[in-house]
Amino acid sequence: MKRVVITGAGTINALAHDVPGTLEAFREGRCGISDLDIRDKDRLSIQIGGQVHNWDPEAHFNRQQIVLYDKFTQFTLLAAREAVTQSGLNFDGHLGYETGVVLGTAGGGVNTWDENYRAVYEEGKNRVHPFVVPKLMNNAAASHLSMEFNLKGPSFSVATACASSNHAMGMAFHMIRSGMVQAMLTGGSESMLCFGGIKAWEGLRVMSKDACRPFSLNRNGMVQGEGAAVFVFEEYEHAKQRGAEILAEVAGFAMTSDAADIVMPSKQGAARAISGALRDARISGDKVGYINAHGTGTAANDKTECAAVADVFGPHADRLMISSTKSMHGHLIGGTGAVELLACIMALRDGVIAPTIGYEEPDPECALDVVPNTAREARVDVVLSNAFAFGGLNAVLALRRL
Amino acid sequence: MGSSMTGSVKEKVIAIIAEQAVLDPSDVKMDSTLESLGIDSLGLVESIFAIEEAFDISVPFNANEPTQSDFDISSVAAIVRAVEGLVAQKG
Repeated sequence: MKRVVITGAGTINALAHDVPGTLEAFREGRCGISDLDIRDKDRLSIQIGGQVHNWDPEAHFNRQQIVLYDKFTQFTLLAAREAVTQSGLNFDGHLGYETGVVLGTAGGGVNTWDENYRAVYEEGKNRVHPFVVPKLMNNAAASHLSMEFNLKGPSFSVATACASSNHAMGMAFHMIRSGMVQAMLTGGSESMLCFGGIKAWEGLRVMSKDACRPFSLNRNGMVQGEGAAVFVFEEYEHAKQRGAEILAEVAGFAMTSDAADIVMPSKQGAARAISGALRDARISGDKVGYINAHGTGTAANDKTECAAVADVFGPHADRLMISSTKSMHGHLIGGTGAVELLACIMALRDGVIAPTIGYEEPDPECALDVVPNTAREARVDVVLSNAFAFGGLNAVLALRRL
Repeated sequence: MGSSMTGSVKEKVIAIIAEQAVLDPSDVKMDSTLESLGIDSLGLVESIFAIEEAFDISVPFNANEPTQSDFDISSVAAIVRAVEGLVAQKG
């Protein structure tokens, strides 16, 4: 089996429009959640989100491109440019045939759906723009990445709600490990912060009106975010031979299904995914120094996740650190695992553990070291990234310092 | 007028809860709890949605802190009282 490493990273999210800015915000424990700036906000009961502000598509794309790119595609392209530049890879030659794209998104072009439903239902128009379908389809971002970078290998999109990115990155990992491809662009994107995208979430009554406070006793729900993160995954020998800077090794991946409930999480399903990722990486639990939690800030997720971690790690659960950066960038739904992988890379490379901000009161049902409010310096060798989706679909990645 | 209004709120709320619990309305007692009727957290969220639609009101309820909202869900009687209050506020 081949080994898989990460040689490039890029992002745009509520904290910053690039990786260095995002990592700086993680170190400072800065909150990117703010008052929403969207149409018809006065008809929403939720008024906050991890929104990307100062987004100027004209600065990055020409008119013909903008006509075809929903915001989730725009975010993906921006993140991918940063990642590919960092990797130093050029796909124009043979490598283009041995590289593909696999990206996670839950909703795809939600803003495009929203705007065009508005046009036909609310404004009574009987005609929409000719490119509505290619703009809103879930695979649009993956396809545009393939075109921008000449990637002609296996490419597709993955939709597993809040675990989409982790499933996508897990697939990319498997494809390189098996020898199917040399490299993959992978990660995820979401842009659901529009009237319809938020109204749908309001219905579930699990959203916070003031802040995302994972693991805190007084937590009162999740806060939506938007953005993207894209990584270059590369076969280890290929990266080594060309002297690439290696950010981390992707060491293991596991996915499980709860087969239980469409929204309520399961401790067993989560625990099986966590222990499965360790087994896949052939790493014993006591080597894990940090877990980037799913940590949505809902009552149900956080206590179930902590119980799963306690089950898997036993006494070591009290020695490892676990934090949720959703407290800072919000829940990017299908893109969230990708942005959160940045905190895992920061932990391994920089020895800085991103905090769980907004933490106010200990919860006896979340009695782990959640790195409250302030980032911490610590050397860690192995980290995990958890994602547990609605529908009971769980995906956990294990990363190791090389 | 007041009592017939109250009566109709009670009947409608019981009908909504009975439908959610897949029970006959006569089996839903005022001192029943939602738990005793077999209504879980998702069923509760669905019942509250049905109540909001039936009475054209907004119920302050967050599933993350069900006991902390102003809307008392400790029994059928409590829910009826809370809905009556919200209907009255609407005027």
